[in-house]
Amino acid sequence: MLKGSVTIKDGCGHVPSLATGDLFFLLAWLLWWQAGHEDHAGPDPPRNVSAALKQGQITPTELCQKCLSLIKKTKFLNAYITVSEEVALKQAEESEKRYKNGQSLGDLDGIPVAVKDNFSTSGIETTCASNMLKGYIPPYNATVVQKLLDQGALLMGKTNLDEFAMGSGSTDGIFGPVKNPWSYSKQYREKRKQNPHNKNEDSDWLITGGSSGGSAAAVSAFTCYAALGSDTGGSTRNPAAHCGLVGFKPSYGLVSRHGLIPLVNSMDVPGILTRCVDDAAVVLGALAGPDPKDSTTVHDPINKPFMLPSLADVSKLCIGIPKEYLIPELSSEVRSLWSKAADLFESEGAKVLEVSLPHTSYSIVCYHVLCTTEVASNMARFDGLQYGHRCDINVSTEAMYAATRREGFNDVVRGRILSGNFFLLKENYENYFVKAQKVRRLIANDFVNAFNSGVDVLLTPTTLSEAVPYLEFIKEDNRTRSAQDDIFTQAVNMAGLPAVSIPVALSNQGLPIGLQFIGRAFCDQQLLTVAKWFEKQVQFPVIQLQELMDDCSAVLENEKSASVSLKQ
Amino acid sequence: MWSRLVWLGLRAPLGGRQGFTSKADPQGSGRITAQVIEHLERLALVDFGSCEAVARLEKAIAFADQLRAVDTDGVEPMESVLEDRCLYLRSDNVVEGNCADELLQNSHRVVEEYFVAPPGNISLPKLDEQEPFPHS
Repeated sequence: MLKGSVTIKDGCGHVPSLATGDLFFLLAWLLWWQAGHEDHAGPDPPRNVSAALKQGQITPTELCQKCLSLIKKTKFLNAYITVSEEVALKQAEESEKRYKNGQSLGDLDGIPVAVKDNFSTSGIETTCASNMLKGYIPPYNATVVQKLLDQGALLMGKTNLDEFAMGSGSTDGIFGPVKNPWSYSKQYREKRKQNPHNKNEDSDWLITGGSSGGSAAAVSAFTCYAALGSDTGGSTRNPAAHCGLVGFKPSYGLVSRHGLIPLVNSMDVPGILTRCVDDAAVVLGALAGPDPKDSTTVHDPINKPFMLPSLADVSKLCIGIPKEYLIPELSSEVRSLWSKAADLFESEGAKVLEVSLPHTSYSIVCYHVLCTTEVASNMARFDGLQYGHRCDINVSTEAMYAATRREGFNDVVRGRILSGNFFLLKENYENYFVKAQKVRRLIANDFVNAFNSGVDVLLTPTTLSEAVPYLEFIKEDNRTRSAQDDIFTQAVNMAGLPAVSIPVALSNQGLPIGLQFIGRAFCDQQLLTVAKWFEKQVQFPVIQLQELMDDCSAVLENEKSASVSLKQ
Repeated sequence: MWSRLVWLGLRAPLGGRQGFTSKADPQGSGRITAQVIEHLERLALVDFGSCEAVARLEKAIAFADQLRAVDTDGVEPMESVLEDRCLYLRSDNVVEGNCADELLQNSHRVVEEYFVAPPGNISLPKLDEQEPFPHS
């Protein structure tokens, strides 16, 4: 399909480099992991943890404790900022009572979840990984958090992120960077011919991507079954691709933003990170819907719950491949997988078309302007008076605000505020801000035109390459990295469309690579249905962390001495 | 491939990994004067803090300047992707509130039911009266 890349048709539609194994809905992995199995699946029928809870094979408390224990074992990943152990155990107790009485609230009852630390959680510290909100305890739950709790989910904790969700590596928060669990996987270590027991082999750990890296690491390391992230320019999809997860961005207006500490009001959405598409659909079913507290949620009737049909065949489907997304910076491995995916659809009877999104090259620039300008406005609320950090200066309000904000925000945040204010100056407003708004319309129209030409779903890469080592990532500054890493994901936020990153295969280095599907506005169910079909075809392997878990004590020792501790 | 050639052509201004602006760009280095710095710091109530921060702003501006190449004649600015829909407003009934205590708890300086602010109407000192940038 894409000229110049290698096409392999092996007849059965599978991408060659994958290991065997089915994608089970969770419990199977956990139990086999416990029993010391590294491999998974076989011909057993799929089981899921929800069913196990309903049948009493495992109790919510046992599940909760297993996850809490895993959180402790994987502390070196730095995925969690706050672990809400007491809260989770209490919720587990209540869930257990409900199951005993046969009154479970649904599929999410008793399921451990994690929430990114830019969602307000009542009574639980919410920091946005910033000094500005360190110690801030919200008096209310974000709507999406409340909805998860209403369904009986267990809140394991708040996960780490880039400060105020600004970044593409989860490296720029005050609690330190998040480590990608795949750095410790057998798949990666074997490729590097590293002994996973070797204590000295930790200096080249990989980033998770960002900014929802903590949520991604939490799900990828099995410490929870689903996590909430936020997606403004790709912050859910990017770490999903790097951590081998499903990262779903709903249509703008489908899920409430009330309680999500805003970055860019016109683009933010809560994102969902899970290990398979069905899980994402279950969570979306719980979260989607109008919210009187968020006037930007739409009131159209939505099919609830989100039950995904299994697509028998894709012959009626039309997949669009945007040609402008084929850029020189794209790694050859990702390009090859993208091409193979297109071929897969074609070989299964779908129509695969090349489409054009002509303004693609300006998309990241437009996003940069709109993002910084909205950030400048949104960050203005942090003045130290009503909540958050406050400095000691009392000379004047302006001096107090300025010092508070200097102390509270890191360079990245301050840089964006200043850029945003520059673009909003009277002499610059038309040429930058309004201009970017016009370009935004052109970009949104590009997508509309592509979909109107008969395309159901677009297929693109999610990231330029697999996850890179932290030491390499920090060689460039945050803004440069964001501009590079968000390149395939941010246009979707500007158009408000739903998109999902699906893990496809491991790279030559044994690291996950994901591809992105983009759907029409409010056709989230259709998008996920296609994604589910694709997920079944590619059979992405499960991360093998077994040896690490056994030898976690050695790794922990290494961590204490090697890393700079940023504990509060 | 046609699209690839187009991309290679466009890559020069976008810069890829090689830096988004040239350091020799005269326009970039001239725009952020001391006056602009002071103005922005006053508006944003956030300080630059270092020369690197000013350089980063210049790069950000040069990056944004690429938008000039786009023809937007006759195009209306887009404020929201939901512009074709109505917003739903709640009816004007009080259904929650009375949580003054909870809200006051999050503040560092409170007297009875008031948030305490330092005196207003006092401008920040001018740039030349302030401390110079710390060298980093």
